[in-house]
Amino acid sequence: MSQWIEVCAVDDIDEEDVMKFDHKGQTFAIYHSPDNKFYATDGLCTHEKVHLADGLVMDHIIECPKHNGRFDYRNGAAKGAPACVNLKTYPTKTESGKVLIDIGQ
Amino acid sequence: MPEAGMVIVGGGKAGARAIVALRENGWAGSITLVCDEVLLPYDRPPLSKAAITDEAEHEPSYLLDDGMIASLDARLLSGAAAISIDRNQKTVTLANGVSISYDRLLLAPGAEPRRLTQPGAERALMLRDLADAKTIRQVFTPSASVAIIGGGFIGLELAASATKRGCSVTVIEAQPRILMRGVPEEISRVVAQRHKAAGCTILVATSVERISSKSVILSDGTDVAADVVIAGIGASPRTGLAEQAGLATDNGIACNALLQTSDPFVFAAGDCCSFPHATFGNTRMRFEAWRNASDQAIVAAENMLGGERSYDVVPWFWSDQFDLTLQIAGQPHLGTTAVRRPMKDNAFILCHMDADGRLVGASGIGPGNAIARDIRLLEMLIGKWATPDPSSLADASFQLKSLVRSLATI
Repeated sequence: MSQWIEVCAVDDIDEEDVMKFDHKGQTFAIYHSPDNKFYATDGLCTHEKVHLADGLVMDHIIECPKHNGRFDYRNGAAKGAPACVNLKTYPTKTESGKVLIDIGQ
Repeated sequence: MPEAGMVIVGGGKAGARAIVALRENGWAGSITLVCDEVLLPYDRPPLSKAAITDEAEHEPSYLLDDGMIASLDARLLSGAAAISIDRNQKTVTLANGVSISYDRLLLAPGAEPRRLTQPGAERALMLRDLADAKTIRQVFTPSASVAIIGGGFIGLELAASATKRGCSVTVIEAQPRILMRGVPEEISRVVAQRHKAAGCTILVATSVERISSKSVILSDGTDVAADVVIAGIGASPRTGLAEQAGLATDNGIACNALLQTSDPFVFAAGDCCSFPHATFGNTRMRFEAWRNASDQAIVAAENMLGGERSYDVVPWFWSDQFDLTLQIAGQPHLGTTAVRRPMKDNAFILCHMDADGRLVGASGIGPGNAIARDIRLLEMLIGKWATPDPSSLADASFQLKSLVRSLATI
């Protein structure tokens, strides 16, 4: 079931950047892509549980700030060792200048 | 005996990564990893930190598990060291008498902790593998007095872990300050202050005379109480096997830029490998760092399969101590000036420029991963031989990514 929650205003995240978002003990990474779309993934790297929001976004790739594991944040795909397990992704939408993500199952 | 194929000696980060890289590059033949430890290859960075401080007994972070080894179709020969190489026959012989043929051989034996030579040195514990970490964990009991000889990364990370476990810690450093090798003074000062704030005593410019059953005695007569003594005085590359096989060595197993040794069928990667670095005037360098081990394994694997890729990755490493992370990219000591880039949460980065204005190093410290992103971007700029405007670097609101972008198109 969908469970949309408000994350931030659309201009809170620069294009080609990422922001950490915590909600009820869960942590997410919210991305603003260079083509002006928003994406959301689990906040912790699947390799060593490092916060991805401290990492670098280049195009559609997020790179873990610790061990350089890379993921395509649009679909969560791990792009090779040390990142071998895909990231969980969440649907997003924008409404009235706000970014929302669906954390329902 | 299976057909000769790719043989890797050493079950650390470089060895494990090389297996994956050989398959990523399309190698379908046999791969054999020889490892003197009985365990599957595991990650070593946690050994000085989580393996000591975790409440529960630390579970190793395995780089490869049985399932991965099976899916990579690799053969793992653990528990027996490689003791000799016959380069004419192209075979490696193990301590248990087993002999393995190779088409290409990768040497990734790592480095060996240096030993103290003073009287009583046998009391000093060293950290290199999981068994060492388990021993140290057991003796870091609350209120134990711990003397750590050596104010480098291993010594300081263990000092932080000992402090967290409630030990009374003294770090003893022979140089005028801690982290003398490779870390700018301004950064080392932040590290020292953090340790002192946590109750650790740091003694510098003093040497160890001898170690008694309950203390470390310094050359000026100072007696440092020590239920536990740790030696963290650096490491030497494990070159014995290579030397015995007649391979050239030069502060490590001497390789060319392709990470190929003096025998074109034998390559090296990781802590043991010295090579000319094209980004820094082809000076021969050797790095003891996690990412270097991984990146060199990737390049060596490609070249073992006939590739001709030079290794010119900008060196980068980190150290976690308490809540602080220090990261260094490039070669800060080659800089003649340093531009300070302030960051939030009292974090900062020093951008090291040489006399021609080229960015040659970046060093930073701050809580958590506060500096990680900008250090990564500076690392890219170092690799592109960038000559950025110092006033831009000093401006925290200036986006380094725009510089990387502008150079990417050149």
